[in-house]
Amino acid sequence: MLEVKNIYKSFGGVKALDGCDFVIRENEITAMIGPNGAGKTTLFDIISGLLPADSGQIFLAGKEITNLRPDEIANAGVSRTFQQVRLFKNLTILDHLLMAQDNQDVKMLANLINGNHIDKEKYKVYIASFGIEKKLETKVSDLSYGQRKLLNMAIAFLKLHKILLLDEPVAGVNKVLQKQIENLLLKFKEEKKTILIIEHDIEFVRKLADRVIVLDQGKVIADGAPNQVLKLPHVLEAYLGE
Amino acid sequence: MFSAYIIHLLILIGIFLILAISLNLSIGYTGLLNLAHIAFFGIGAYTSALLTLAGVPWLISFLLAGVMAALCSFILIFVTKKLKGDYLAITTLGFAFVTYSIFLNWTDLTRGPLGIPGIPKPRIFGLAFLSNQAYLILVVIIAVIIYLILNRLVSSRYGRVLEGVRDNEIGLSVLGKNVFKLKYQSMMIAAFCAGLAGSLYAHYITYIDPSTFYLDDLILVITIVIVGGLASLRGTALATFIILLVPEALRFVALPSSILGPTRRIIYALILILILLYKPRGIDGKVDLE
Repeated sequence: MLEVKNIYKSFGGVKALDGCDFVIRENEITAMIGPNGAGKTTLFDIISGLLPADSGQIFLAGKEITNLRPDEIANAGVSRTFQQVRLFKNLTILDHLLMAQDNQDVKMLANLINGNHIDKEKYKVYIASFGIEKKLETKVSDLSYGQRKLLNMAIAFLKLHKILLLDEPVAGVNKVLQKQIENLLLKFKEEKKTILIIEHDIEFVRKLADRVIVLDQGKVIADGAPNQVLKLPHVLEAYLGE
Repeated sequence: MFSAYIIHLLILIGIFLILAISLNLSIGYTGLLNLAHIAFFGIGAYTSALLTLAGVPWLISFLLAGVMAALCSFILIFVTKKLKGDYLAITTLGFAFVTYSIFLNWTDLTRGPLGIPGIPKPRIFGLAFLSNQAYLILVVIIAVIIYLILNRLVSSRYGRVLEGVRDNEIGLSVLGKNVFKLKYQSMMIAAFCAGLAGSLYAHYITYIDPSTFYLDDLILVITIVIVGGLASLRGTALATFIILLVPEALRFVALPSSILGPTRRIIYALILILILLYKPRGIDGKVDLE
């Protein structure tokens, strides 16, 4: 589904990615782990077009997407979340969902002539499935951090995609919300979604992931089933310092 | 019956309303700190004046005034596409200065500081708008049409996406929206309207010179937008009346003309300071001034 081939990226003299190479298979949840500074978020930013790669190639379902614009990559089928939620603070929950739903909204003349026809009931049910118990007209600035995190996931899932990149979805949330997000992701696992997730919580990774990729100093140092990879001595040394 | 003075004020209010609501589209809705709006107003005025003096019918000149301003805005947004916030503000202000210099120094075309006199009154399909009453009707019709179109646009899903550009460009781009395209569309619509307003101004006053399209009027339009509130066309419309009418009270105070101009600017400055201190969102603003 997603093929990352020999990606290099440096910031000044610092090598963030040093020949990163792996394949994400369809219908699997793959966890990407590694110590801070391993290059995980940089890799997400390069895959989604927010940063250009110095060299290397990325393919999505056989089509090259290396260094395309972020909107082109998103429309090719890469949807993502950010560790720090990136929402639109003056807009409502419904506005967010409509933006993620399709690209009809960028057609200026069509919007001018046709106006809005919105099936609100559909969106009420959708956000309830993510555990957001708020009115659709609620502004994002009136949501708690946890609700924003859930909305961030909800819009990423709603955006038509082939693969979903989740950057630390449970970072900084309380235990209750963590459990809620865990359950959501387990449900998506059953539905055979294709997801690449950055996560630090090893127990969470064991429960959720079909496969684990370990990144250290911009290189893939291990790739395989969680129970095997998380036992490897060089992984423990790099990741857990043991 | 309206007195000639009231009619004159209402015509100016109509023209400045078009200018201010279109500026709010780029500043308030899209978050582009665009200080070149007054240049687009001037480009529209000069385009329309020169074309009609060359024999082009007013209606075509009027539309081409908008088109010319929109094309110039595209060049500006293309050159500045990587700039945001203060940097964009400074660059667009620079564009306004450069445009002013062109109006002033391209004397073969614009007659420089001497200005262009004798700009004809509009004539549409044989119907001439010679009196100020008739001109007021024309301005009101055009201002209402532009207000309704912009209001429909910003109330639609397209308007929400423009607000997305203002609130979070990265978040919008990963949802599959081409942010640059949205920016130039917003800027071009705003500039098109400013160009139309420029045409209406030129054919009303029948004389234009570069001084009309400089800092004083830029400050006036920005004051209207801030007082009305960002991302609110209704607030901007109300503020246009307030900002243009309040200083008119000075006319009834016996002040020498040398003091009148600076006093006007002091009033605008005071209104701005009071708004920023006590009502930062203006009359009906939807977002904070950042």
